[in-house]
Amino acid sequence: MIEIDIHKKLTSSLGEMDLNIQTTITKGSLVTLYGNSGAGKTSILRIIAGLLQPNSGNIIVNGETWLNSAKRINLKPQRRKVGFVFQDYALFPNMTVKENLLFALNKGDNTKIVNSLIEIIELGELQNRKPETLSGGQKQRVALARALVQKPSILMLDEPLSALDSEIRFKLQQYILNVHKEYNLTTLLISHDISEIIRMSDKVLEIEFGKITRQGKPNQVFNYKDLSAKFQFTGTIIEIKTQDFLYILTIRIGKDLVKVVADETEGEHLKAGDKILVSAKAFNPIIHKIG
Amino acid sequence: MIDWQPLILTFKLAFITTIILLFVSIPLAYWLAYTKSKLKPVFETFVSMPLVLPPTVIGFYLLIAFSPSNSFGSWLNNWLGIKLVFSFEGLLIASIIYSLPFMVHPIQAGFSNLPKSLKDMSYVLGKSRTTTIIKVLLPNIKTSLLTGIVLAFAHTIGEFGVVLMIGGNIPGKTKVASIAVYDEVESLNYDAANSYSLILFALTFTILLVVYLINGGYLNHIKK
Repeated sequence: MIEIDIHKKLTSSLGEMDLNIQTTITKGSLVTLYGNSGAGKTSILRIIAGLLQPNSGNIIVNGETWLNSAKRINLKPQRRKVGFVFQDYALFPNMTVKENLLFALNKGDNTKIVNSLIEIIELGELQNRKPETLSGGQKQRVALARALVQKPSILMLDEPLSALDSEIRFKLQQYILNVHKEYNLTTLLISHDISEIIRMSDKVLEIEFGKITRQGKPNQVFNYKDLSAKFQFTGTIIEIKTQDFLYILTIRIGKDLVKVVADETEGEHLKAGDKILVSAKAFNPIIHKIG
Repeated sequence: MIDWQPLILTFKLAFITTIILLFVSIPLAYWLAYTKSKLKPVFETFVSMPLVLPPTVIGFYLLIAFSPSNSFGSWLNNWLGIKLVFSFEGLLIASIIYSLPFMVHPIQAGFSNLPKSLKDMSYVLGKSRTTTIIKVLLPNIKTSLLTGIVLAFAHTIGEFGVVLMIGGNIPGKTKVASIAVYDEVESLNYDAANSYSLILFALTFTILLVVYLINGGYLNHIKK
């Protein structure tokens, strides 16, 4: 169990902001931080890692106090057992893939874990390459493997997948879920992608302007319960035509243009340029304005 | 035939200066690159002063400071038995101060240009600051280190005003090549002056050319 209660004054692009976070995280769960950029998500992870000093607070990880500002306890980043994957991966350019992993070992550690991680995360063919020769997805896997070398109490991933295309993204989500289970990790993830969050996380914390605004299971937080659709996609309205009592919407979904009918109650609130969610349950499409 | 001693002395001075500067500049440049101290601009100014101050001014103040007739100079002389005026040691200290910015600036820029995440990541992985500097930061700013080493070396070879003020012109002790050129011209030995000058010209040209070749990546295909 991880107990977090932190307070920090931040100066962000939006001006002064009070970061004020109280939450507990169950051991072995995968928790996602969700929210706009500048909301303070990365700062939360950096405070847990000890890279950023909060003004006050407590962090207790599995009974061990990492931070207690009242008692002046504040462990250095070196002594906190966290695995961290940065947004830019921060692979050491002067070392090969394998050397990057070996560097993470403590003195006297068995190198066996490095070899088994290379196997699990399928880095065998890459192990003697330098980071600059790797693709984004490969770098990401190396950073993930390196974060696990020290068998951390918490694994933290800062938007690990945002820069990758959807196919590699899907594969990496699987890698993360696999190691999360394999090593019985407590994982904190930052993500903007709702489908990714629903697929991966046990709990989601929505952060807005330094505060937790909603938390719970992903389907509760994102209100998907009252919309029990069979399939759904999002798109932008290009054009609306009325025909008798029906509205005919032309919608751009990805690269395709789709025509959909809507009834009066749905159609009268819509205009060209609106973002909408189209979902279908058997044969009748449901249209839901999202932006 | 010319007297080789001034040339040998010049390179000895440049070599020792560069080595001492390297050890002084790495911690100083690290501090300047990462500190949030309000005193940083003051230290940066001190480091950069030799770039703009006439060398004779530095030489003059060092001469005053080291002079045995002053308290600091006489303390050095009486207690430590060191005489810094008109001696090789004095020349060395003056050279270190004079060439400091040429070593510190490239290394500081190297540290500043590295992504901050590398240092953070090394800490997260449990590594101390010293290990981080030696194993992560320095290997990734090799070109900055090389630039610093070469510029400090070449600049020490090229110094004249400071040396003349603090070192004088003592053959075998403080008479470096740049002073020898001046000396030979003064005594109308243009041939000897020309020999010294040509050697200095060719050597400094070669040194700088090698740096630009390495840092520009022109030699990469040879390494591979």
